Parts: sequence; C-alpha cells; structure tokens
Amino acid sequence: MNGPLQRLGRWVGSHLVLAGGLLVLLYMFVPIFVVVLMSFNDPDSRLIYRFDGFTLKNWANPCAADGMCGALSRSIQIGLLATVVATLLGTLMAFALVRHRFHGRSAANLGIFLPMASPEIVMGSSLLALFVAAGFGGRLGFWTILIAHIMFCLSFVVVTVRARLAGLDDNLEQAAMDLYATEVQTFRRVTLPLVFPGILGAALLSFSLSFDDFIITNLNAGNTTTFPMYVWGVAQRGVPMQVNVVGTVMFLVSVVIVVAVEVRRRRQERVLAG
Amino acid sequence: MSQVVEAPTAGAGDDRGTGGRTGGGLHLRSLTKEFASFTAVKSLDLDIPSGSFFALLGPSGCGKTTTLRMVAGLETPTSGTITLGERDITWEKPYRRPVNTVFQNYALFPHLDIFENVAFGLRRRKRSDVKPAVEQMLALVELESQARKKPAQLSGGQQQRVALARALINNPEVLLLDEPLGALDLKLRRSMQIEIKRIQTEVGLTFVHVTHDQEEAMTMADTVAVMNAGVIEQMGAPAELYENPRTTFVANFLGQSNLIEGTVAGREGDVVKVDMQGTVVSVPSARAHLETTAGHRAWVGIRPEKVLIAEVGEVIDAPGNSIPGGVISDVSFVGVSTQYLVRMPWGQELQVFEQNTGRRRLFRTGESVDVSWRPDYAFLLDHEQDASAGTDRSDLPS
Repeated sequence: MNGPLQRLGRWVGSHLVLAGGLLVLLYMFVPIFVVVLMSFNDPDSRLIYRFDGFTLKNWANPCAADGMCGALSRSIQIGLLATVVATLLGTLMAFALVRHRFHGRSAANLGIFLPMASPEIVMGSSLLALFVAAGFGGRLGFWTILIAHIMFCLSFVVVTVRARLAGLDDNLEQAAMDLYATEVQTFRRVTLPLVFPGILGAALLSFSLSFDDFIITNLNAGNTTTFPMYVWGVAQRGVPMQVNVVGTVMFLVSVVIVVAVEVRRRRQERVLAG
Repeated sequence: MSQVVEAPTAGAGDDRGTGGRTGGGLHLRSLTKEFASFTAVKSLDLDIPSGSFFALLGPSGCGKTTTLRMVAGLETPTSGTITLGERDITWEKPYRRPVNTVFQNYALFPHLDIFENVAFGLRRRKRSDVKPAVEQMLALVELESQARKKPAQLSGGQQQRVALARALINNPEVLLLDEPLGALDLKLRRSMQIEIKRIQTEVGLTFVHVTHDQEEAMTMADTVAVMNAGVIEQMGAPAELYENPRTTFVANFLGQSNLIEGTVAGREGDVVKVDMQGTVVSVPSARAHLETTAGHRAWVGIRPEKVLIAEVGEVIDAPGNSIPGGVISDVSFVGVSTQYLVRMPWGQELQVFEQNTGRRRLFRTGESVDVSWRPDYAFLLDHEQDASAGTDRSDLPS
C-alpha cells in the first residue's frame, strides 16, 4: 500500500494549497507552452493545428508568412509612437493634476477615468463616427489608429504617474531649492529621478496596450492591418507558425523585463537589509 | 574643528548671489503671513544677532514654522520684510538666499547616497573642492563610514546628522532647524541636543531653531522667543523667561506654574503687596507685569519647585510669603523629587516639587501643612489673561 500513487495522494493531501497553486500555474502556462512549441512546428497541412515535426525554419524565416512582418512592424511603430506621445502628455497632465490647484481639477481627475471605464467597442465606434464626421472617412489608417491609441493610453499614463507623484514628499523639492537648485535643476536632479519608475511603468503599459489592441484598432483602421488584426484575419484559414515565433519572442521580452525589475528590486532590498 | 567647516566656504568665489558674510544678523520687520482662513504670523518684529543660537518655541499652529519657512523662502510673506545684514531677502528665491534648512523629517534625497546628499548644495553651486569638503563634513557628524549608503539604510539619528551636514556644508549665514529632533526617541534627542549645541559653538553660525519642546529650546538656545497665535509673547535667555514670565501663556508653557488669584493692595518701594485669598504677599515690582494700582486684580505666580511645605507652625528657613491651611491631597514620589498637590483653603490645589535631599521627611496625604515661598521668586500677571493658557500640552511628546 505504498505505491507511487498513494504517495502522491498523501503529498497532495498534506499540501493542498500548494497543489492547487501548481494546478493554476499549469493552467496559466499551458497556452504559452503551446505557442512556444508550435513555433518549432513543421505542419503537414495549414488546416490542422497539430505538432507534426520539429523544425527551425519558422525561426529562420519569420517573415515567410504573407503580410505578417508588415503588420508587425506597423504595430511596433504605432506602439512606440503612441507610447512616446501618451507618456509625454500623460506625465504633464499628471503633474498638473497633482501639483496645481485650478478650476475643474476634480472634474479633470474624474474625466481621466472615463476612457478607462468605457467599453472598447463604444470608444472604437464613437471614434469612427468622429473620424467620419470630420471627413477622414476615406483616410482611415496608420494615423487614425495612432490617434486612437494615444487617446486610450493617456488615461493609464496619467493614473500611473499621478500615483507615483502623489507619493512624493514635496519637502524633497523644497530641500533641493533650499540647497541652491534652481527650478530646472530641482526637476532634473530630484523630481524626475524619483518619478521616473512611474513614467517607465506607464510607458511599458502604454506599449503593451497599444500593441495588443484589436477592437478600437479594427474599427478605425480602414485598409491598414496591425499585427492583432493580421492574426485575427488569418485565424480563419489557419494561423501560420511564424505567428508563434512572434508570440514566443514577445513572451521572452516580457520575461526579461519582469526578471530585470525583480532582480533590481531584490538587490535594493539586500542593500537596505545589509 | 571650526577650520574643518570653513574650508568649503570661500564666499568670494560664490557666484550664486549668496554673497559674502554680512555678519549683521537676521531682522524681521512687521512680517505677516495670512492664509485664506487665518493669519499665521501677525506683524512679527524680530532681531536675531549673528552667531546666536535662537529658538522659536510654541505649540503647533502658533506660526513658528511659517516664520521659518518665510526666512527660507519657501513661503512668501503677505507683508513685511526680511533682511540679512543689510540685504533685503524678502522676495529672493530660496536658492538665492545664504540660508539653509534642516527639515523636520530631514527630507534626504532617497535616490542619492549620503555623500551625494551632503554634496548637493556644493554641486549646485559648481564648487570644485567637493570631495574633501564632504569628507570633512561627514567627519564632523561622525558618518565617514556611511558615505556610500542610501538614506533609508541609516537610523533616525544618523539621518538627522546627514540632514545637518547637508545644510551646514554650505556655510549659510543662517541655519534653520525645523523641529529637527521631533522624530527621535527621548534618549537620542538628549544626546543630539548636546551635539547640535556643540556644532553650533564650533562653527559659530546663526542657528534659528523651531520647536514645541520647551526643554529642548531651553537646553540649546541662548535666546528663546515664546510664540503663541502668531505673535511673540516673550523673548529672552531661557533662565530669564523661566524665572520671570510676563504672561500666563509663558508661565504655563515653559515649565509649570501655580497661578493664584489676588488683588493688588498697593506698592511699598520696590515691592507690590497683593491680597491673595486673605493673605497679603509681596512680589518684587520688577516681576509685576501689570498695572500695580490698588484694587487691580492679578495672578500671583509661583513655580512648584519654589514652594516649600512645612508642618503647621514649623519655622522653616524661608522668610517670606507664608500661607496656612493647606492639606496634602496627593503625593507622587518620583525619585529625584516628590511632587505634592496641596489643597488650599480657597479650594485650589497647588503643585509643590520638593527635591529629595533626604533632609526633609515625606508628607502623607491628608496631613495639614503651611506653604511658603520667598517673595523674590513670585511673579505677578494680569488677571485679564487666561490662567490656563499654554497648559494644554496634549500634542507634545513626553
């Protein structure tokens, strides 16, 4: 009565929470595992999503899939541009909202939340209505997508940077001024370095929101295709294995960022403890 | 060690407008600060001589921190002027004033290490001799070994010393200290009081120290100004303020006082006679801070440690005002002294501190006693003033 099955049963019995946690993790990682696996797949037919054989040719020629790399580079361009503009504008807005008292400040604070709270399909269709009404109906494409992305990223940037700013002791800026730093020097030497983690976080969030967006983009894209639209489009006919290469790379990039942040945090903690 | 601190100054090479040492002290003239709903500082006039250790003492909300912040340039006055020597700095930007501040919660830059925190002021003024100056300053506050740590890695007392070093290294004409020891525990506070006083003596700069801790103010400062509700109630050397308070607020805020109601009976030479609940007591006229015409109502003030208690009829070695009919209502033995509450015939309980010298026996609750004090120790205050002003010390740490 001491077979491996019984031992497993006993272990699960005494580690219920851990076992549950492992199952949930497994559940979360299975799709990612499939993506990684399929990036090495050599399918016999385009119609069946089945692992038929190992190959590196998807990795060697990621752009072999028709139109994929064009959509991908468009998505990256839009993501980068939207991130830069939204982060800049959103950071300025966050400073205004935290540092200045003005008429309509609380209304502005509330208004910032509205785009985050409203359904994407509503935002997307109203934006489309706006563009058409403004006479851009025939010119939907890269720029209308960019404008839409900047718009919905903005709220997230403001909220993220504002939280960081609100936690900043304004005595620090006064101390800097007291120690002969002019307004510009105070901003450069004290405010910016302290708020920077918030700005960086906002930028990363913006990029992933923009890169990922389908609904709003699809409504305002005209004939232009972004990466999510491309994947959605080809999914009806069978997704080329190169999409999995892109998915794996994106996943690895996120892992690297998360690990880097964590390593940095632990090192700081160790310094604090030491 | 003063040469250590003077090394990084070289006022001549200073192009930031902090100027040379004027040596003329700090002068506030009719300085007023009004906020939307209240007046924080009311037409304050103050002269702080160069090189002195000056304390602004008062309860929270009395305007002392606002005054300090106006001197630092972090708050703009509603009216009035601030001059440093001959130079009017009322409207100068904070970074153009030869004034530095030690902030209440230190406000150390969390992203910079200790060395860079201390170097901050010198770097902003493009000084070339930063490294030796910072090292010398860290030596002065005994933190050489901590130079490469971040502020969060230091203890409260060490952070306090960094804040002090960061301000002192600029060799300001006036160093402002805003409740600098408020966040430290009692023991550390005591040692830092002595430490800051030592540094002030060594560097010889003007220190303006804001605090609500009367003991801290008296221990450290040469001159204490007691501030209440936006005005200075009284200013002087700590002993002078303590021994001869002019208002009930000062009498109660600085230590403790017994204030007993009485009526002025008249003057006899240098002495004011007061009918105090049926006993005529005398107070030197130099210590009578009211109009001493007969019939004027007054508070007779006496510090608890100046009051002597004796068995009924006992002759004790303290010729002076003697009041019979007291009954001990409470005894607290605190080691160095015994604190009594004595209920007087008119119902008031007087506080009496008796030093535990061993020469006198302990009294017990319920015993009848006479109380007395030397006339020179009493003071006389205007009855118009609230006898409980300054007694609410609930906001103070022990």
